[in-house]
Amino acid sequence: MLLEVKDLNVYYGAIHALQGISFYLNEGEIVTLIGANGAGKSTTLNTISGILRPRSGQVFFEGKDITFTPAEEIVRLGVCQSPEGRKIFATLTVMENLEMGAYTQNNKEEIQKNLERVFRSFPRLKERQNQLGGTLSGGEQQMLAIGRALMSRPRLLLLDEPSMGLSPILVEEIFNIIQEINAQGTSILLVEQNAQMALSVAHRGYVLETGKIVLEGDSNDLLHNPMVAKAYLGAH
Amino acid sequence: MNNEQLTLLQRIIKGKWIGKGFLALLALAVIWWVGGKALQSPPLFFQQIINGIQLGFVYALIALGYTMVYGIVRLINFAHGDVFMFGAFVSFFSVSQFQLHLWPIKALPSLPPALGIVIGTLSVILLSMVSCAILAMTIERIAYKPLRDAPRISALITAIGVSFFLEYFGALPFVFTPNFITYKRPFDIVTWYIQGGIHRLEAGAEAPPGSVIFSNVLIIIIVVSILLLVGLNYIVRQTKIGKAMRATAYDKPTSRLMGINVDGVISTTFAIGASLAGAAGVLYATAYPQVVFWMGIIPGLKAFVAAVLGGIGSIPGAFVGALIMGQAEVLSAGYISTPMRDAVAFTILILVLLIRPTGIFGEPEREKA
Repeated sequence: MLLEVKDLNVYYGAIHALQGISFYLNEGEIVTLIGANGAGKSTTLNTISGILRPRSGQVFFEGKDITFTPAEEIVRLGVCQSPEGRKIFATLTVMENLEMGAYTQNNKEEIQKNLERVFRSFPRLKERQNQLGGTLSGGEQQMLAIGRALMSRPRLLLLDEPSMGLSPILVEEIFNIIQEINAQGTSILLVEQNAQMALSVAHRGYVLETGKIVLEGDSNDLLHNPMVAKAYLGAH
Repeated sequence: MNNEQLTLLQRIIKGKWIGKGFLALLALAVIWWVGGKALQSPPLFFQQIINGIQLGFVYALIALGYTMVYGIVRLINFAHGDVFMFGAFVSFFSVSQFQLHLWPIKALPSLPPALGIVIGTLSVILLSMVSCAILAMTIERIAYKPLRDAPRISALITAIGVSFFLEYFGALPFVFTPNFITYKRPFDIVTWYIQGGIHRLEAGAEAPPGSVIFSNVLIIIIVVSILLLVGLNYIVRQTKIGKAMRATAYDKPTSRLMGINVDGVISTTFAIGASLAGAAGVLYATAYPQVVFWMGIIPGLKAFVAAVLGGIGSIPGAFVGALIMGQAEVLSAGYISTPMRDAVAFTILILVLLIRPTGIFGEPEREKA
């Protein structure tokens, strides 16, 4: 198991946002967390990333307890997040954004190799490398957000709503790239509201509802589960 | 609020065209007045401009610390002027008590004396910069960091408290004493005058009437300030820590997600800003050779006005604002009366806040999702 989350309870003040969530992810997998707005998907990712702290429960990465490890150390261990809403550094150039993704990396040659890899996946970022991040289109910003996270050479990539606000063609493109990244050996934890798309690329999935996991299984099974179909796929 | 409730002044300031017209009139009046003075006696005017540049560069070094710290933690660090004072005192002790400025001559007697003095002076400045950086990092760690998630007003009040603490701790008889102390420069002053060429002015001699004089203090201030500004620009634009500073200023949570040690970056920002203030303290004391525990208050406030005028959070803004403040102060002191310089400085602050609170280079506060 690459990632294991055990009985996680997270509060925002009095609000019990995650109510005992447990799940796991094996090396090489794409696992998706699907659910409506406010189900606790982003909260889960931010707890794994170390910028939120749980009241109880544990997060293990490669068997190591990282529940209270500082956020920057978690990135160093090989877990990096592409956050919801992309959160590009608008006042930095595309290149500088990518360099910030590589902040924990010290080997210049490795960084250069990684940069070339990211540019191969996202040729458009190369064309725009000297532009300010804030001047990119939504799709380009999403590519930059994923590229930036990849610059840290993660073993596990956390993707929060990569399809948000993008046209169907762009969503298709982004999801193709996500599969490519996975094929090259990076495990992915994918949070999505677009359940159809997420389940079509993921190996397994979990369904979150108001801070609890209500359903889990292979993507195919979930795609054909009548409850999922009704709640998240717009039943036919 | 609808239009009828506004007073005439508010309408002048808020009305787009009227406001611009008012600004234009004000600018014209200032240009006409300054221009008139310039034509009356060009040498005197150039003398004022030179003095203004000297002061402006010192303000620029202080203002940068305000603006950088504001940019990254949204805090007006009112203790910054006292860090400047601390820098001046460190250099006072290193020169008067420890003769730090003489080490190159003592250690390397074969060195040309002029070069020895330059290296010695730079060592004095460097020691003040490092001391101020350590002081500011300590202040940040003890006083500001615990308040990172507290309301901004708490940190602001704390900054004022830290300022008072540094001043009155400095005033203790066994620290800096409450008295004015004559500052010993690390180098001998050399003066030149310009009149159909540059001539050396012998010590004790009077410059001929109608000439413009300047000293090596001016040269040192300009050269050191420009070196520091170029260095700062390099750090902020080109280095990893500089880019991390800009990323952190823009978005702290995302910076943490990228593995940036945000606390370390904030601490570094305080250190860099304080080291510039430390250098400014040394330069200011060499230009106006007296030190006293409260000497940081007024230059600190003026540099704060400069940072607001330029657009707080903007590094080029702080520089431009400081040069304008230097000129405004010297011209009003020279042509109106000495006490007017403070009145003019704070009038500028009020006008900026009324007319363009974001300053010359400032952007309106971003909405952060």
